[in-house]
Order: sequence, then structure tokens, then C-alpha cells
Amino acid sequence: MTYSPKVIDHFQNPRNVGSLPKDDPHVGTGLVGAPECGDVMKLQIRVSPGTGVIDDARFKTFGCGSAIASSSLVTEWLKGRTLDQALAITNGDIAHELQLPPVKMHCSVLAEDAIKAAIADYQRKREANAAATR
Amino acid sequence: MKLPIYMDHHATTPVDPRVLDAMLPFFTQEFGNPASRNHAFGWAAEKAVEQARQQVADLIGATPKEIVFTSCATEANNLALKGAAAMYGEKGNHIVTCVTEHKAVLDPCRQLEEQTFRVTYLPVQKDGRIDLRELRAALTDKTILISIMTANNEIGVLQPVAEIGAVAKEKGVIFHTDAVQAAGKVPFDVNQVQADLVSMSGHKIYGPKGIGALFVRRRNPRVLLAEQISGGGHERGIRSGTLNVPGIVGLGKAAELCRTEMAGEAARLARLRDRLNEKLHQSLDGIYVNGSLEHRLPHSLNVSFAYVEGESLLMGINDVAVSSGSACTSASLEPSYVLKALGTGDDLAHSSIRFGLGRWTTEEEVDYVADKVAAVVRRLREMSPLYELMKEGADLSKQRWTAH
Repeated sequence: MTYSPKVIDHFQNPRNVGSLPKDDPHVGTGLVGAPECGDVMKLQIRVSPGTGVIDDARFKTFGCGSAIASSSLVTEWLKGRTLDQALAITNGDIAHELQLPPVKMHCSVLAEDAIKAAIADYQRKREANAAATR
Repeated sequence: MKLPIYMDHHATTPVDPRVLDAMLPFFTQEFGNPASRNHAFGWAAEKAVEQARQQVADLIGATPKEIVFTSCATEANNLALKGAAAMYGEKGNHIVTCVTEHKAVLDPCRQLEEQTFRVTYLPVQKDGRIDLRELRAALTDKTILISIMTANNEIGVLQPVAEIGAVAKEKGVIFHTDAVQAAGKVPFDVNQVQADLVSMSGHKIYGPKGIGALFVRRRNPRVLLAEQISGGGHERGIRSGTLNVPGIVGLGKAAELCRTEMAGEAARLARLRDRLNEKLHQSLDGIYVNGSLEHRLPHSLNVSFAYVEGESLLMGINDVAVSSGSACTSASLEPSYVLKALGTGDDLAHSSIRFGLGRWTTEEEVDYVADKVAAVVRRLREMSPLYELMKEGADLSKQRWTAH
């Protein structure tokens, strides 16, 4: 397997590795994949209460270099986006940017799933909070 | 110390310069065809081939007439399985092999199943070895052939071949063993093992690629094989085709070097391998050796590093050449079938690395590799959500995952 320079860069210098407090009402957490499949991604976003814009994103990934690079890349892309703009990111965008070969397409699919899962978690929390304060 | 470091000697080995020196004249000056029976060029080639045949026979306690040269060990395995099946198919149609065999045994077995044959694939125990009671139980009056490898290519585990040979002898069943990883590395004697067919390879024992050999027993019992490549009746009618004289000379020389240097080399490699294993265990928690440590090739170590995926580990140690059982490093998208057969969870199969030490591996290299692997595993664990969950006390087996 040869890797594109961008995959190697993200693998060697991953952006935004780490965790945000998952109980924070402004944080959404997505955990997708399965250990027996060889990749698990945890993607977290924090949404600014004032603007509704994602102001922080973190990841931790168990997976191949392309999976790590895909999640690292999306943390960069997510910062500064609204949720609608975040949902517009597709696996094709990720695969294109990283020049992933066909056998690595599932890494980009997983990263897209992680974005959707993190946003869904954030929205679930907001609705639960709204219901509690009502 | 030179980088990158090669530690993947189960995949292939470099040609020993002494082997190359022996081979070189047979490309140019001594280029004759051993089948040319009526001139000096042919005689010189034939003499060299017969010397190599003796050297290969000596390595495994055989007689020269029992050695058939092939293009590779995959061909030797195909010849053994298909040749015996065709020759003895009227006697019975049952073959016994094992789930952790190399594909060069499993795929021919699958093909035979498409004909009239029935194949039993024995499971392995947690240590990677078959259970002899299961072998006995699998045999029927229709069984004509047992094919169990001497040492596994992924985990280096040695099967109890002498015990298997005894069972085969008792039941009057032909015993084939793929000894590609073991021959030349550990003592192997066809009579002590009571093997009838033994496959070997040149490039796993510091000889050239493109040459293999099959031992075919001639006495007690005399084993007959149906030829799989016809055209000229070379190699006693078992394998036609002009002999690869330089390759054969190289295989012979490689076998001789392995035989004369085996005792010291095996002890040296076992010490280095144990050093690697100890250093890894000292630096890291959550690591598991796959397969028996006791019944193992001296130069072989297969380890799973929990919470870290194998391909990313390979990418992190990019100045060290090793292999992984991770699906991502294979075309199949499935993790190693050998590790799965051991009962290693799929997650740990994805996390496995195979280290194969060799003739030129030094202690300095072992120390470098151990330190490098430990550093990369630590870095990747800091990035691993599984490691984080484990540290938080979560039971990963109870977590709900979204399989994809």
C-alpha cells in the first residue's frame, strides 16, 4: 500500500487528537465502527452556544493510516462550520482530498458517519435539555 | 546499523552470497541442459544438479532419488496433493488437513473438493497446534492423505509432525507436510517424522526464488504421484520441464549451509527472538503472543498489540519491514484466518505483527525494533478510542458497536 502525501502528513502530524468533556451539553460525541472490523472512530464537536458554529473538534481513531487521516482531516474541516454546513461534508470530499484508493473508501465513509453521529448526539442532548427546562 | 531493517524472513530471505557464488557459473559458462546426455555441457549441468539433489536430501535425511525439483513450494504442494489424489483416488477419496495451512495447500484442497474428494479441515487449539485425538477421529477407511504443515508461516508454531507421521503410518495413510518454513531452520528428518511427501522452498532458506523441491518417499512405502506438468518426463516422470540449473544449485548450496550452521544459528536466533519478546513485554501492557512459545520456530514471533490497528502500526514503524495480520494489509478485507483459527478475537487479529528474524539480524537491530515498536504503540494508543475506553473501565466486549 502506498499512501498519498496528505495521508502520511495527517498520520504523522494528526490534528486535534484528544477528547472533549462528553457530558458538556454543547458537546456532541460520535463513536462509529467496530474493533472486529479494524476501525473505530470517536469524533467530538463543540457547538458555540451563541453562534451555533462548531468551535472545536477532536478525534481518537483505532484504524489504519487512512482512517486516522480521514478523521484528522474532518476535525480541521468542521471547525468554523454550522451544523448544516458540517452535514454537507461527504465521504467523497474526504476521499478526494486524501486521494484514497478504492480499498480505503470505507475509511472516508466512516468519517462521514462519525460527523453525522456527533451532530445527532449534540441534537439529542439539546432536545433533552429543552424538554427538561420546559 | 543500516535502515530500513528487514524483519520479515517468513515472507522471503535474501540470497546468501555463498549461494550466489555457487549459482553464478551456471548462468554463463556452465549453461548446459542436464537432459543433454551426449555432450560435456549437459554432463556438467547434470553433475551439478545431482550434487544439489544430494545436498537437499542430506538436509532432511532423505536419499537423492527421493528429491524432485519444482519451480516453487506452491508447485510442490500442488504436486503432492493433486498427484497423490489422482494416483490413490480409487483407494479412497478423503483428505485430512488443517485450517491454518498455507493457501498453497488449502486452495488445491478446495479444487479437489470440486472433484470427487472430501476434505476435513482440522481446527487448531489455542496454541496453534492440532489435537491428535481429533486427527485420529477424522480418519476413515476412505482417507488416503494427511497434509499438515511442519511450521506455520504466520505464527511460526510447530505442529507435532512426528506424532502425526506415526498416526499416518499406523493407518496406512500418506503423510504430506509443507516444511517450507521449518526445513533448514530446525532439525527435520523424513524418517524420524515418517513423512511421505515434504515440500520445500529455496527462497525461505537464503536460496533463490523460483525453485522448490518435493521429497517423494521411495521405500516403506513407495509413494507414487500422477504428474501435474507433462512434457519430456524429467525428474523420473514426476515433473517435466527443463531443470532450472542455477536455481537448483542455489537450493542445494542453501540447504548445505542451513544444515551445517543450523545448531548455532537456531540458538542465536532464539536468544534474539526471546530478547525482542522480553523487551516488548517490559515496555508495554496489553500485548499477547499468538501461538505456542514452546513449539515455535526459533526466529519467529507473532504479537498482538491491543487497542492499536496493525496497518497503522506498520505505517508508524516504516523503517522496519514486518507483516501484520490486519485486514488492511491484505486484499481480502478479512483479518488473518490463521489468528482467527486460534480463537484470537478479530480485534486482536487486526492488531497483530509478525516478526521474522534472520541470518543477518543483529542484537542492535532487535533493540531498535523493540524500542521503535513500543514508542509507536504508545503514540497510537494515545490516539485510540479503545485504549481510552479501557482506561475508563469500560468493557469493550459489552460496548455496542456499529459494524460496517
